[in-house]
Amino acid sequence: MRGFGIRALHVELSEGRLTSDDLIRDSLAAIEEADGQVRAFLRVTGERAFAQASPKEKVTGAPALSWLTGIPFAAKDNLCVEGVPTTCASRILEGYVPPHTATAVRRIESAGGVLIGKVNLDEFAMGSSTENSGFYPTRNPWDLTRVPGGSSGGSAAAVAAGFVPYALGSDTGGSIRQPAAFCGVVGLKPTYGLVSRFGLVAFASSLDQIGPLTRSVEDAAIVLQGIAGWDERDSTSVQVDIPDYLASLTGDVGGLRVGVPTEYFETDMDRGVRDRVMEALDALRQLGAEVRPIRLPHTRYALSAYYLIAPAEASSNLARYDGVRFGVRAKDAANLLTMYERTRSAGFGPEVKRRILIGTYALSSGYYDAYYKRAQQVRTLIRQDFEAAFAEVDVIVSPTTPTPAFRFGEKADPLTMYLNDIYTIPVNLAGLPAISVPCGLQDGLPVGLQLIGRPFDETTLLRAADAYERVSGFASLRPTALGEVQ
Amino acid sequence: MEFETVIGLEVHVELRTRTKIFCGCAVEFGAAPNSRVCPVCLGSPGVLPVLNEEALKLGIRAALALSCEVRLSSKFDRKNYFYPDSPKAYQISQYDEPIGEHGCVMIAGTSAPRSIGITRIHLEEDAGKLTHSPFGDASLVDLNRVGIPLIEIVSEPDLRTPDEARQYLEELKSILQYCGVSDCRMEEGSLRCDANISLRPVGQTTLGTKTELKNMNSFRNVVRGLEYEQERQRAVLLAGGAVVQQTLRFDEATGTTIVMRSKEDAHDYRYFPDPDLPRIELTQAYLDARRAEIPELPAQMRARFEQVYGLPAYDSLVLTSTQGLARYFDVAASQARDPKAVSNWLMGDVLGYLKEMSQEIDTQLMRPEQLAQLLRLIDDGTISTKIAKTVLRDMMTSGQDASAIIEQQGLVQISDEAALREIAERVIAANPKSVEDWRAGKEKALGSLVGQMMKETKGKANPQLVNRLIADMLRE
Amino acid sequence: MHLTTEDVVHVAALARLHVTSEETEALVVELGRILDYARDLQELDLSGVPATSQIGITTTVVRADEPRPSLTAEQAVANAPDEDEGMFRVPAVLEG
Repeated sequence: MRGFGIRALHVELSEGRLTSDDLIRDSLAAIEEADGQVRAFLRVTGERAFAQASPKEKVTGAPALSWLTGIPFAAKDNLCVEGVPTTCASRILEGYVPPHTATAVRRIESAGGVLIGKVNLDEFAMGSSTENSGFYPTRNPWDLTRVPGGSSGGSAAAVAAGFVPYALGSDTGGSIRQPAAFCGVVGLKPTYGLVSRFGLVAFASSLDQIGPLTRSVEDAAIVLQGIAGWDERDSTSVQVDIPDYLASLTGDVGGLRVGVPTEYFETDMDRGVRDRVMEALDALRQLGAEVRPIRLPHTRYALSAYYLIAPAEASSNLARYDGVRFGVRAKDAANLLTMYERTRSAGFGPEVKRRILIGTYALSSGYYDAYYKRAQQVRTLIRQDFEAAFAEVDVIVSPTTPTPAFRFGEKADPLTMYLNDIYTIPVNLAGLPAISVPCGLQDGLPVGLQLIGRPFDETTLLRAADAYERVSGFASLRPTALGEVQ
Repeated sequence: MEFETVIGLEVHVELRTRTKIFCGCAVEFGAAPNSRVCPVCLGSPGVLPVLNEEALKLGIRAALALSCEVRLSSKFDRKNYFYPDSPKAYQISQYDEPIGEHGCVMIAGTSAPRSIGITRIHLEEDAGKLTHSPFGDASLVDLNRVGIPLIEIVSEPDLRTPDEARQYLEELKSILQYCGVSDCRMEEGSLRCDANISLRPVGQTTLGTKTELKNMNSFRNVVRGLEYEQERQRAVLLAGGAVVQQTLRFDEATGTTIVMRSKEDAHDYRYFPDPDLPRIELTQAYLDARRAEIPELPAQMRARFEQVYGLPAYDSLVLTSTQGLARYFDVAASQARDPKAVSNWLMGDVLGYLKEMSQEIDTQLMRPEQLAQLLRLIDDGTISTKIAKTVLRDMMTSGQDASAIIEQQGLVQISDEAALREIAERVIAANPKSVEDWRAGKEKALGSLVGQMMKETKGKANPQLVNRLIADMLRE
Repeated sequence: MHLTTEDVVHVAALARLHVTSEETEALVVELGRILDYARDLQELDLSGVPATSQIGITTTVVRADEPRPSLTAEQAVANAPDEDEGMFRVPAVLEG
C-alpha cells in the first residue's frame, strides 16, 4: 500500500479490498517503523484518526464520496486543527490548542480525508532545511545525514518515506517546492489566493500559500481539487471557477511553449542539477513542446526584495506571540515589559529572531521608504517581468534548487541558506503557481524540476508537469536510506 | 501679553453596527468579559480579518455628512505596538489614505458662527479594556471591545475656546446621531475625545507648544479640562517659562491635569499596508447611495425652523439637539397655529416630564399631532394652561388624545359665565373677610378669592374669566 | 545605511526581544550582511513604479453585518497562561 498513489488507494477502498482503518493502521505502522530515524512527525494523532474515519469507510465495499475519502494525510504543524496542539515547531506555542481549523484541512476532512498527524517544519516556516525547528530536525529519507529541505521538511519527508500518501505544506519563498525537490516528491504551490489561508499561521501574508506534497502530479491535482476555492474567511482568497484539474492531465503538450529564463542559468548551480534539467527540457521537446529562452531581467533583485518583505510582514504577524492569551509565558516577570521580552526571547529560535529584527528594521521610521517600500516596488517589476514572459510562453521551467539536499550544519550562515531559494522566491513575489517534479538524481540525491505557470492556470501547469512525469522515469525510484520501503 | 488659545480635538466614535469590523462577533454593551470574542478578534494564530460592509457604509456616510472629500480608493494599514489590550499587537487602522479629508462643521462660535475644519476621518478597530486587579500587582484584560468599528475624526486646530470645543462636540454628536452612524454616548464610551491645546501670542501665526489631554469622559469635563489647561499654560508663559509638550490626564475629582507616566519609547508604529485586506475601491454610485442616506442634518433643520417657523436661534438649537426631538417638533409645528408655542411646550414641560420619567421623546407615548391638538384646545379655551400641563403628562404616559382625557376626567374649562357667576356669589358670600380686606384696599384679597374659586371648580374655571367676574362683582 | 549596535538594540526593543551584548554583536554582523546584500535594490530607478502590497485581489471584499457565534469565555481563555475569572491576567500595566 505504501507508495500507492491516491487513485490506486481510492480504487482499493471503493472496491472494498481495503478499509480506511487498514490504511490508518498501515500509516501508523510505517511511522512506528521508521520515523524514529526520519523524525518527520511532531505529533501522531492515531486515536483521532480512527475516530474521525466515518463508519462508512470502516465498512468494506462502501462507495467513497471523493478521491480523498478515507485516505490518510499529514498536515504541516503551522496549520491549525481544532483540538489538536499546533506548535509551528516553536517553543513559544508549546501546548497551544486552537479552537479553529484551517479551511484547507477542514475541506479535506469534510471530504473524509484522515489526518494522521502534524509534521515538522522550520520554526514558523522560516528556513530552508527544517534545522530551525524548535524541537528537532527532520532527516532526508534518501540520506539521513542530509536535510529534507524546508520549511515543509516534515511534509516532504513523510511522503518520501511512505508514511502518508500526501501531506499539506506551506510555501512562502519555496517552502513546498524546495523540500519536495530535496526529497524526490512532487510539491505544488498554487496561485496566491487560490487556496484559503484561514488557519495557516501567518509568516508573510502576501506570500504564503498552502499546497500539497505528493508522490505524483496526479495526486497533487487531486488534493488541489479538494482544497482550492474561495473562502469567505480569507479576504485574499479569490472568487474563480475551479476547473477539473484531473481532466486536464491529458499527457498532451504538443505545441506547449516552454520558457527557460536566461538569468536563472547564469547563476551557480551544481553540474548534476544543470544536466538533469537540460535532460528534462529535451524530454519536453520530444513530447512536442517548444522550448525557448526568455528574459526575467529583475531576477537578481528578487532575493533582496524577498528578504525585506517577508521578514517585515513576519515581524508584524509574530508580534501577537506575547505570552498574554496563549502559548508559553516567561515566569516571574517583574513587569509587563520584562514579560514580553523574556517570553519572546526564550520562545523564539535564532532564525526567527533574526527575521523579526530585520523586518522591524525595514519598517521602522526613517527606513520604511528605503527598504520595505522599495522592495515592494521591485516586486512590481518582477511581476511585470513574468507578465511579459507569459505573453510569449505558457510555462517557465528551471531547476527548483541550485543543489540537491545538503548536509546538516553545512549552511550555517544565514545568507548562504537564503541562496537556496533563488529560483523559488521570484514565484512567490509574483504570486504565480509553480510545481516541483523530480527529474533525476545527482550522486544518488533527487533533483527537482520547477515549472511555473500563469496566474490561475494550474491546469496548464499540471498538464505539463504530468506529461513530463510520465516519461521522466523517476516514478519507480525510492529512497534507500530507510532500507526496503515499498 | 494677550494670548490666543488654539484647540484641536481627536474624537473616536463607535459605529452602530451589529457586529465587529473584522469578524462576526456581536457588538454588545455590558456583556460578560471575553464572551463576545472569537479566534479572529482574539488575534489567534492563523486568523484573518474580513471587513463588515455596514461599518464601511457608516464610515463613508459619516465622512460625507461631515463634508469631507471621500477617497474612491483607500486602504487599511497596520499600526504596530505592544499592549495587552491589543491582541494582534497591531491595530488595523488607516494611515496615509483615510476615507475622508478636508471636511468641516459649523458651530455657533463665540461671537459669530464659525467653520471648524476636519482634517481627516478614518476607519479603525477598537482595542480591549484593561482593569486593575483588586488582588496583587496585576491587570486584567477583557477583549470584548476589540474589533468594534470606530471612526477617528481629527479636527483642524481651529477651535479657540473650551466652549467652542463643547459646541463642536455637540454638533458632531448631533450630525452623527442624525445619520444613524452612532449613538455618540460618552457615558457608554461610544464617543471619546482627546484634545490638543496650545497658546500663542495674539497675532502670531505659528502654533505654540501643545499638550495632549486625555481621560475626559463627558462634554463638561472636556470644557473643565481645557479651561484648566488653558490657564495653566497661560501662567507658565506669563512667568516667562516654556510649555513642555506632554500628555496629561484630566483628573475629574480635582479638575486639574496631571502628567501621565511617559511611555518607554516614543512610538514608532511602523505603519505598512495590511496585506490581509484588499484596498477599498468605491464607485460614484456607492457614494451617491451613501449621500442619499443622509437625512436633513441639524444645521439644515435649524435654518428651516428659523425661516419657516420663525423660531429664534436658541429654540432651534435646543430642538435639534436630537433628531427625534427635531422631527417631533417639525410634525407638531406643521399642524399647530403657533409654532413658537409648540417650541415652548417642548422645551419646557415636555422635556421636563421626559427627564422626570427617564424617557426619550421617542419612547413616550404622545404623538406630535396630539400635542398640536392639545395646544388648539388651550387656544380655543376648552382647557386652561394649568390644566393642560397635567393633561400633557397623562398623554405622555397613556398615549391618549387630549380630548379623551379631558372628557374622562371632566376637565373641560368652565367658561359659562352664568355658571361661574353662581359659584362666584357663593365664594364671595363664604369669604367675608377677604371681601372686607379688598374693600380696605388690599389687592391680594382678590387673588385669594380667585384661588378659592379655582379650588371650588377643581381648577377648571377659566382663570381669566374668573378674575374679571370677581373683580366686577366686588365692585357691584 | 550602515547597521550599528544602537540600531540593533533599538530594533530589539521595538520588537520586544531581549538581546545580550554577545547576541547584539553577532546580529550586527549577520543582519548587516543581509542588508548589504540588499543594497543592490538602492541602485534601481524606481520612479513611477507602484508598490505591490497585494497580489490577485482586485475588488473590495466585505461581509454582511450578521452576527456569528462567539466563543464562550471559558473557550476564550482556555489557552491563557494566566487568567482570573474569565479575564486574561498580566503584570500590572502602568497608567499611561
